[in-house]
Amino acid sequence: MPNATRDSGTLTSGLPGLARRAAGLAVIGTVALVVLSGLLVAGGFAVSTSLGALWHGAFGSADAVLSATLVRTIPLLLIGTGMVVALRAGVINLGGDGQLMAGAVAATALGLSMEHATGFSAIVLALTAACAAGAAWTLIPAWLKARFGTMEVVSTIMMNFLAVFAVSYLVRGPLQEPTRLYPQSSSIPIQNQLPLLLEGSRLHAGILLALIAAVSAWLVLEHTAAGFRLRAAGSNPNAAELAGRIDVRRVQRAAFLTSGALAGLAGGVEVLGVTYALYENLSPGYGYSAIAVALLARLGPLRAVGSALLLGALSAGANAMQRDAGIPAGAAATVEATLILAVLGGQAILLRRMASRFSPGGPS
Amino acid sequence: MEVLAGFLEAVVRATLPLALAALGEMLSERAGFVNVGLEGTMIGGALAATVVATLAGTTTGYVAGALTGAAVGALMAAFAIGLRTNQVLTGTAVTGGALGVTALLSHASFGATGAALSVPMSTPLAVPLLTGVPLIGRALFAQPPVTYFVYALVPVTWWYLTRTATGLSLRATGENPEAVRASGPSPIRIQALALITGSALGGLGGATLVLAQAGTFAEGMTAGRGFIALAVVALGRWSPFGVAGAALLFGATSSLQYLLQALGTDVPYQVFLALPYLLTLGVLATTGRAGAPAWLGKPLP
Repeated sequence: MPNATRDSGTLTSGLPGLARRAAGLAVIGTVALVVLSGLLVAGGFAVSTSLGALWHGAFGSADAVLSATLVRTIPLLLIGTGMVVALRAGVINLGGDGQLMAGAVAATALGLSMEHATGFSAIVLALTAACAAGAAWTLIPAWLKARFGTMEVVSTIMMNFLAVFAVSYLVRGPLQEPTRLYPQSSSIPIQNQLPLLLEGSRLHAGILLALIAAVSAWLVLEHTAAGFRLRAAGSNPNAAELAGRIDVRRVQRAAFLTSGALAGLAGGVEVLGVTYALYENLSPGYGYSAIAVALLARLGPLRAVGSALLLGALSAGANAMQRDAGIPAGAAATVEATLILAVLGGQAILLRRMASRFSPGGPS
Repeated sequence: MEVLAGFLEAVVRATLPLALAALGEMLSERAGFVNVGLEGTMIGGALAATVVATLAGTTTGYVAGALTGAAVGALMAAFAIGLRTNQVLTGTAVTGGALGVTALLSHASFGATGAALSVPMSTPLAVPLLTGVPLIGRALFAQPPVTYFVYALVPVTWWYLTRTATGLSLRATGENPEAVRASGPSPIRIQALALITGSALGGLGGATLVLAQAGTFAEGMTAGRGFIALAVVALGRWSPFGVAGAALLFGATSSLQYLLQALGTDVPYQVFLALPYLLTLGVLATTGRAGAPAWLGKPLP
């Protein structure tokens, strides 16, 4: 499977690679825009006003870019990088939202309890715990997959529901703020919050962590033996097992836990850098958006920086559409679904064209 | 006794949407297709049933739900069978898209809360004599008409799969599609039809959720039932009677929360809400893939 979503190489057409890819992205973007407009018309909304709000919310001002688009790019890039690692190994981890919640809980608990530690060590500890909690939230699905070959799709989604119930309990129980009025935790003390990068914006240091994660994933995947084993396990598990003597299940489990740790880190970063407290519904479906991030990046961690930025802009713009033009949430998920289907469909068509070119009879 | 009878009645109602969805999933899985988009067909069917039943009555509402499910299934078939895109990723996209579209459209038509909504609900139809059976009589035989459709669907599906030539081709497609192709029929056609029919049942399940259980539409109201259905199919070992029994177990578990909450305990209510999802994980951990069709989830040759 991951093969089918990978770079289809330079064999497909006469156009130079970059121009062809730009053309492909333009087609996908247009399709997404047409679907969104159709949906807005069906819902009885003014299309130009709505799309104006979308653009304005994502790129309309320096503040929109720094405080909305880039801030939302951070969790998308973290979870998206994890999704790339998992998909490259042949694991479809749909549990990003649950793992994010687990990480958020761990970071909240530590961030609140370490009032007297110095800020830096408290932040490092809280984020490490967030990674561990995210990885722990994948243990059951990873074990089920390794032990029984259970499809991780169902198990990870069940873990998402369990995370929702667990957080719902925690913000009304052990982690609730002291007045007991609101379903949320107390605020993280200021010295334990992630520092802001630019005066007057909400852009925080988490973006550096996300970029480090993407670059490290690229280095490991493309330039280490472990990365080679992971790619082999994903693209052809049987050959990897038989000819390459690779323990596919072990490699997949490692990739699964890594993607969980990155989603957990995203949760910790959200709490320490954006919300400063634990809430229900902390994630507007970042775990689902991460599939679009990974597929649009053609499973390349460096390209994921670009696609996470695009999806971050979509998320920021959809939020602005909701606020300024009254477009209900759901628009972003629809666009993401269109993007995923367009990428999958486009690559399937390219592969088919390639296959017919190289079949014995030539193109028909 | 009265509490127990009421509980059993609730169990049957909670089982219906899940049983329909799981039977639909079973049909497409027997043909080799893992339908992860089932949740999307359910929520689509639920919204269509809500809108159409308000305008034209419950029967038309059920039909609209099934047709919407079939349409979602056709979209999935076009990608995952026609273009051979990855089944799981395609289904995931379809589910996410359907949740988004229905959230947007329902918000646009009913407002944020949906409280102003007055959806007509199916009136129960009591079967004479059988309702008189003590304890289980009313639970099984004083229910909305769609209940009896589900009762009939289970043996009919079994008969279709095991006793008809097309049922045999369907099963063979899930086991060895190359042999099917060699013998004449097109596995692509068979699998696409199984997926679309199964999706129609998913849509009908969504309609049942609205018209026979909840009486209203809410964003994301399917709450993972489309995914739980995959575990129901595994627990039911891919057979219609097994799947029906497994659906009943899940229906009982999700109704248990009301019974336990009504008894009043110190246990946080979230634990009860989590029960069906915990059961799903438990089922996955104990059933594995033994008995699954050999070609399940692989693209057709």
